Amino acid sequence: MPAAAAKPADTQTAVLRFDRVSVSFDDTPALADVSFQAYEGESRVIMGATGSGKTVLLKTALGLQRPDSGTVYVFGRDISRMQERELFEIRSKMGMLFQESALFDSLNIEDNVSYPLLNQSSIHCPPDEVLPRVEEALKFVELDGILEKFPSELSGGMRRRAAIARAVVTEPPLLLYDSPTAGLDPITANTIVALIVKERDLNKTTTLIVTYRYQDGNLVANFRYNPENGGLERTGNHTGSQQGSQGVAAPRTVFMVLREGRLIFEGPQTELEASQDPYISKFVKHRE
Amino acid sequence: MLDFLKEPFIAIQEFYLLTGRALRNVAARPHYGDDIVAQMDLIGVGSLPIVILTGLFAGAVMALQMSRALQQYGQVDQTGTLVSISLVRELGPVLTALMMAGRNSSGIASELGSMKVTEQIDAMRALGTDPIQKLVTPRMVATAVMLPLLTILADFIGMFGGWFVSRFFLDLPSQQYWSSVWRQLEWNDITQGLLKPFVFAFIISLVGCYYGLRASGGTQGVGRATTQSMVAASVLILILDFFLGKIFVSQVVS
Repeated sequence: MPAAAAKPADTQTAVLRFDRVSVSFDDTPALADVSFQAYEGESRVIMGATGSGKTVLLKTALGLQRPDSGTVYVFGRDISRMQERELFEIRSKMGMLFQESALFDSLNIEDNVSYPLLNQSSIHCPPDEVLPRVEEALKFVELDGILEKFPSELSGGMRRRAAIARAVVTEPPLLLYDSPTAGLDPITANTIVALIVKERDLNKTTTLIVTYRYQDGNLVANFRYNPENGGLERTGNHTGSQQGSQGVAAPRTVFMVLREGRLIFEGPQTELEASQDPYISKFVKHRE
Repeated sequence: MLDFLKEPFIAIQEFYLLTGRALRNVAARPHYGDDIVAQMDLIGVGSLPIVILTGLFAGAVMALQMSRALQQYGQVDQTGTLVSISLVRELGPVLTALMMAGRNSSGIASELGSMKVTEQIDAMRALGTDPIQKLVTPRMVATAVMLPLLTILADFIGMFGGWFVSRFFLDLPSQQYWSSVWRQLEWNDITQGLLKPFVFAFIISLVGCYYGLRASGGTQGVGRATTQSMVAASVLILILDFFLGKIFVSQVVS
């Protein structure tokens, strides 16, 4: 299994590292003793039923949720005991797509997308560069001419695109996507995942995707962005060879499965599909 | 028994923490001046109609009812004094604050509550802004500035309402009404009448923010937060009003 053999050396610092992290709400555990490390350029697909702690995991990674025990390292720094003001600096290197987009509905799209540029204290964007960068981010997600529109005037898929633009406008090296395809029809969902793959391959970002759709994980693991025709193309990862059809390897993708706050699986896609665990195969069987 | 007490104590502690952080942020950077102005417009200018109506009828009804009591002593010409003292000391601040609690506490709670349940508050934190600095402090500052001004307005409109009743229903000469309004007002009344709305402003804005920021559980949770904030703000206003009034009255008596 070449993808697994290519595990990075332990000397390389992990972009994101969870060390025995537990989080609970009113005595019900949301994350229980979760440990993993995500390395630079890696894609991680996090799967699990609703209520299994996927969203909590991403919020803990951002420092929005404090762990009850354990430590979270982001870019090698322990964020679990940081003050909110110190966290702002770390968060400016992370982009997050929230479930249901979480665009500010009192602001129009231009103000929404420029929000991180104007408000993140460690990002110094000159005032005359704000609009070009906003337009560039919106062009990246293939949305044009909606600067003046408000989030409520957009369709679900467009809102999701605008939210991705807001997450990537500062060009963060680590991106977290919380259920990017939830509530979208299958065709729109695929275009959203294609955007995530495009962002990952063009900017070489480390990507964490929470999803309950196995197809999303499959797209992320086996496809790469082709800058020549602007579409996705299949890579050879899944069939075992490291080389894609164009002779380029897709970034390493690791699958993680959460169940009631516990990390019950971590590994490449082939291992995931070979798993006999009924809970895990339930997700994999969704694939036609 | 202890479990029963735990929840209110945690709530009080959280409310104090929120108050502390909101107050500290007044001096801390970054300042969101635009948000303060926008909130002043929303909270202050937006409340003008209800404040004018409340003041007008409160003053009118005071004149009407007090004249009945004064008639027994043959002192109907003193109606203006009763109207002005009760308006400036009591009815102006409390009625205005209660109307604002109904309009703005619940408005703030539902706005912040919706932002909370749709993760906009989390998004705000993720994108580098402190929600207390960006949302709570501007609302608190705006209310603290606007509520005393609205109370002054309500007081004047109420005196006008009292004049209307005295002039047309009680057949008092206008000049007598207005001179009895002014003559009996003391500095103690005015200070009390302006300190009360200033204190109530913090209750109205912070209770609204508190319930909004702890909303959970979808639209139902937002509805709950809205109702709770209005009830809590109104009750707190009435309780605090008694204690503030007590301080000022005992000052005069001693």
